[in-house]
Amino acid sequence: MSSAMRRPQPRHAAVPPPATEPFPATEPFPAAQRQLVIRLVSVVKTYGTGEAVVHALRGVSLDVEERDYVAIMGASGSGKSTMMNIIGCLDVPGEGQFLIDGIDTSLLDEQQLAVLRNRKIGFVFQAFNLIPRMSALLNVELPLSYAGLKSAERRRRAEAALHLVGLGNRMQAQPKQLSGGQQQRVAVARALVTAPSLILADEPTGNLDTRASSDLMNVFDRLNAAGRTIVLITHEADVAAHAKRVIGVQDGRIVADRRVVRPDALPPSLAEAPTSTAVRR
Amino acid sequence: MSPVQVFRFAIAGLAANKLRSALTTLGILIGVGSVILLVAVGNGSSQSVQNAISSLGASAITVLHTEGSAAGTSSTEAFAEPQNLTTADAQALAAAQGVASVSPVVSTSETLSNGASSTTASLTGTYPSYFPAEDDTLTSGAYFTTQEVNQAQDVVVIGSEAATDLFGTANPVGKSVLVAGIPFTVVGVLATKGSSGLTSADDTAIAPLTTVQDALTGFGSLDDVVVLAKSASQVDTVEGEITSILDLRHHETAADADFDVLSASSLLSTASSTAHTFTVLLGAVAAISLLVGGIGITNIMLVTVTERTREIGIRKAIGATPGVILAQFLTEATLLSMIGGALGVLAGFIGTQFQIVGVKPVTVPLSIPLAFGVSALIGLFFGGFPANRAANMRPADALRYE
Repeated sequence: MSSAMRRPQPRHAAVPPPATEPFPATEPFPAAQRQLVIRLVSVVKTYGTGEAVVHALRGVSLDVEERDYVAIMGASGSGKSTMMNIIGCLDVPGEGQFLIDGIDTSLLDEQQLAVLRNRKIGFVFQAFNLIPRMSALLNVELPLSYAGLKSAERRRRAEAALHLVGLGNRMQAQPKQLSGGQQQRVAVARALVTAPSLILADEPTGNLDTRASSDLMNVFDRLNAAGRTIVLITHEADVAAHAKRVIGVQDGRIVADRRVVRPDALPPSLAEAPTSTAVRR
Repeated sequence: MSPVQVFRFAIAGLAANKLRSALTTLGILIGVGSVILLVAVGNGSSQSVQNAISSLGASAITVLHTEGSAAGTSSTEAFAEPQNLTTADAQALAAAQGVASVSPVVSTSETLSNGASSTTASLTGTYPSYFPAEDDTLTSGAYFTTQEVNQAQDVVVIGSEAATDLFGTANPVGKSVLVAGIPFTVVGVLATKGSSGLTSADDTAIAPLTTVQDALTGFGSLDDVVVLAKSASQVDTVEGEITSILDLRHHETAADADFDVLSASSLLSTASSTAHTFTVLLGAVAAISLLVGGIGITNIMLVTVTERTREIGIRKAIGATPGVILAQFLTEATLLSMIGGALGVLAGFIGTQFQIVGVKPVTVPLSIPLAFGVSALIGLFFGGFPANRAANMRPADALRYE
């Protein structure tokens, strides 16, 4: 990655300045002191070649601080899935730079990216993506298995995570025996069991009914209140309303960036209704 | 990620589709089982042929009369006409070094009868020296003597099967038997030798050479001459001597010889090489079925990997490295092939306990670890391609797979 990218820039820039702009390479950037979980610098991603080329991201720059609760909103085809893949270390930027916890992913191979995903990121997907024929407990233990933890420690931490999402009584159930809302809460438990730097949720309420959605968002609110950094990708405004910061993506660019509350404040929905903090059992 | 955990995931993967796993295993089972069984059959038949040949006697050499390769072709005038194998030839051979005895032989097939019972037996006309050369022994009576040969007496020694066919349980010695309508006196009964191949060595009658020539075959060529070497170690030298003596007497060269010289050891080496070819052929057929089983593993693992693309995507997203995914699918494939291999060893071993088309299979001990080892390698090799495909999937694409 060229050092030309390593330049402080306005966080809300809809279109980042051209990467060729001269700047002093040794200048320290102040954002580094604010403990950035995510730093995207002029990220460009294209798919395909020639006539069929798709410009998924046309230069996206974004910093996400620790404890922040960010919703990325956009229509389908806006590039938000590509952003999610890059933030989730499932893909690497074509141009520009992506750092998670200060680690530059462009320098890593597939093996190192896998370890990074395991340590730094907890995924929650729209389709739940639990592994069939494995109990809820084993599903939650899975990332710990890949991290190389011993069986007893895995069990202890997985049980704690399932209790945290309110599924302490369904640990031996298989995914198909659980409702959609319960499956998604197992997925949340799996995402947080490794104590990752970032929980990345891709349309987490997309397959849930209103009741299960609000339960799930409540879990996310509580996790954020407890100090977890969360990035939500959604197209639903009422889901985005739970976030402390809302970013709009369109045609591969950030077109809006609205700060609701400070990163270290309580999530808006908890601040409004502090009595609803209990996770529904 | 511990190997135990990888193993556990692989077991879970196989258990997810039990019928498919079982059928894939069956392919390897049949492959490994047939390698062990067919090699054992080849080995068994080779051993039975060798036993039959070595029972002929290690020191006996048979000179067979043949037509000669030049017979009937006018363009090869340089070659001598094929000649008869004569008693004079036999006498000449007796003078050779290392020769213990020479028995000229004529043979024919005749009907033997005693009253109402009759049997068709091979009738051999020869000298008494023929009996020790052929490892024959008596159960009753005596061999005929050289004097009886010289006088062309109508005496006969019969094989055990011929004796039973003609006389039942009675002792035939001293009784009369009709050979092609001519009455012969039975002087001895041979001990049972068992069958070697298609013909029974016990359905036989042996009479003096002169008598048989006189009454039945005439005084043309001998059919063969049985030469007994003084010891088994001298067989090769004696064979050489016989060849040079007969070449000289018949004015032949090796290319158009009108005789063949066969010994138990030369028969044995011919038969062993035939049996070896047979075993290799059977082994190759079985190895092909093992290969087909291996391709079955590749096939099923490719289906499994495709089917579980999304699962692979999830595993990768939550931190499975390509190496761990590779290990999981390789373990699955190797488990399939090793379970198949173990069951195949068992099936092959059970199969060798039975007689198969008249052959008692004899297990080649090396074939068991070899077949099992090859089955394990097949899992690694044929599972490698699908496992590699799984390991190299891009997580973002795999997660999106429907």
